Amino acid sequence: MTDGEKPKAPGLLDGKLSPLRPLRASGNLFAFALDVARSLPRRPFQFREFVQQTWFVASVTILPTALVAIPFGAVIALQLGSLTRQLGAESFTGSASVLAVLREASPIVTALLIAGAGGSAICADLGARKIRDEIDAMEVLGISPIQRLVVPRVLAAMVVATLLNGLVSVVGVAGGYFFNVVLQGGTPGAYLASFGALAQVEDFWSGEVKALVFGLIAGIVASYKGLNAGGGPKGVGDAVNQSVVITFLLLFAVNFVMTAVYFQLVPPKGQ
Amino acid sequence: MGVEVRVEGLTKSFGSQNIWSDVTLTLPPGEISVLLGPSGTGKSVFLKSLVGLLKPERGSIVIKDTDIVRTSEHRLYEVRKLFGVLFQDGALFGSMNLFDNIAFPLREHTRKSESDIRWIVLEKMDMVGLQGAEGKLPGEISGGMRKRAGLARALVLDPEIILFDEPDSGLDPVRVAYLNQLIVDLNAQIDATFLIVTHDIGTARTVPDNLGLLFRRHLAMFGPREQLLTSQEPVVRQFLNGRREGPIGMSEEKDVAQVEAEMAALEARGGDQHNGVGPKGASGGDAVPPQLEPSPGLPERQAQRRRQERVARMLHEFDPATAQAIRASLPEDLLAQADAGVFAPTPLAGGRHWAAESAPAGGAAVLPGPRGRS
Repeated sequence: MTDGEKPKAPGLLDGKLSPLRPLRASGNLFAFALDVARSLPRRPFQFREFVQQTWFVASVTILPTALVAIPFGAVIALQLGSLTRQLGAESFTGSASVLAVLREASPIVTALLIAGAGGSAICADLGARKIRDEIDAMEVLGISPIQRLVVPRVLAAMVVATLLNGLVSVVGVAGGYFFNVVLQGGTPGAYLASFGALAQVEDFWSGEVKALVFGLIAGIVASYKGLNAGGGPKGVGDAVNQSVVITFLLLFAVNFVMTAVYFQLVPPKGQ
Repeated sequence: MGVEVRVEGLTKSFGSQNIWSDVTLTLPPGEISVLLGPSGTGKSVFLKSLVGLLKPERGSIVIKDTDIVRTSEHRLYEVRKLFGVLFQDGALFGSMNLFDNIAFPLREHTRKSESDIRWIVLEKMDMVGLQGAEGKLPGEISGGMRKRAGLARALVLDPEIILFDEPDSGLDPVRVAYLNQLIVDLNAQIDATFLIVTHDIGTARTVPDNLGLLFRRHLAMFGPREQLLTSQEPVVRQFLNGRREGPIGMSEEKDVAQVEAEMAALEARGGDQHNGVGPKGASGGDAVPPQLEPSPGLPERQAQRRRQERVARMLHEFDPATAQAIRASLPEDLLAQADAGVFAPTPLAGGRHWAAESAPAGGAAVLPGPRGRS
């Protein structure tokens, strides 16, 4: 080497502790989300892929979601059953249980399953394609992987999340009813009669909107992590792991914000 | 005919680690070039930079008047349609069978009917010798078949530039020989610009028109094959002879004294000629073996004549050994012209062999330089 430009030896940490790193990572994620948004209206829309992915995400999430929703509804019913008895407000068990399931439990269960089952499957699928050079090959063939693969997946996650939220609401409320009436000896009439006492239709819509946003976040994070997987099969495993963790963190933070906004926009019944 | 790829002053680093810097070379249109280099010198990175998958920090890559280092994402996707890339493992889509894999670019980019697509796909599969394997999944076939299927997919949009990332890796020597013949035949048929990245010295000696060597973060040499095959540059000699003695070490560079001692020992044994046969087709000496010809029945490679004219004009730039080797490959008329210092250009033979003859360009008196497909 004759030129004075000696290559620097790679340092031990090499910028790994730089305070800009997390900032850069979240910036990249946000830029990716913008790319997805920009590719959304681009034709031709990958309808086939969208249907396939919707089916795929639904098939990996429906059963676990239903199975999680039943005990979730049951736990709420148990807690509320004893609480209302202590307070002497047993007639409100039904309404409180519906309220809890619709407002919080169902979007959270949906979020957990969409991120844990759907998102991880999407991330693993895209990551495996990435390390096999399939994504590069697609780009070289002049096809944008974001438009071809990511947009249908994100849309699929959103659609399935809203549908799952409906499923969880029904299963959760039914589970609550079963536990309250059959196991705790509550009266069916009181449970059903108080249904509409506290809950309102807006609660259901807020749950659906939350689920939609959760699906969006899960889809974007999973795709981003999958497309940036590297370093062989282990890299894919790491990417899946990170995608689930990041999605959870984001979902719970977003859930908090959305709930706060909801209470400002929609006053609770009876006020 | 293929398009010219002009690379100037290209530099790429990952973080603080420099991969290569100041790489300057031109892939002449329609010719086959081979890029050699020890493992880990960033040959694959170079290929990925050429198709815009990686962004070099400095320099330019000009293809059809577009600098793909700096162009917009949208334009980049357009330029990429000129490319066919054969990835190391074929990079087939694992969820589709071979037919769908090869039909994929057609279905995405063209509005051809399904029967037209079928016809084209079967033609390309026939070209690479994969008849009857349409229904197989990539996971069910051997590595060699995956490579050929990847090649068929790369060919399906009639690319003007084809890049091969180690076409020989994981194949036995007989299959490599077939693949090399296939590459030359393809070049004769479609007259696209080829760039092959490889470690296989046998391939490097017999297939290309041009040879290059990446070493120590620089392009050590790039030029007509004769230039490298006859070169006395220690790195080039070591690589082409596949021996341990020389500047290339196992993992990093050796110090000068050690290299000198090794070279002295080698000379004492009689030099490369008596060093036996190295791995991967490396053989002793600096002989220039004849280039592979297209199979009988195929048209002559159009690039051959263009290249002969090009190197005839450059003849005075080479050292005597190289010039001698090049002269041996030139036909009489060009030799005479080269010695007289005047060149009569061959009339333009436009387009690929199946394309309609385009009207000869107006400036037929000028030497046929790089030009786009009209």
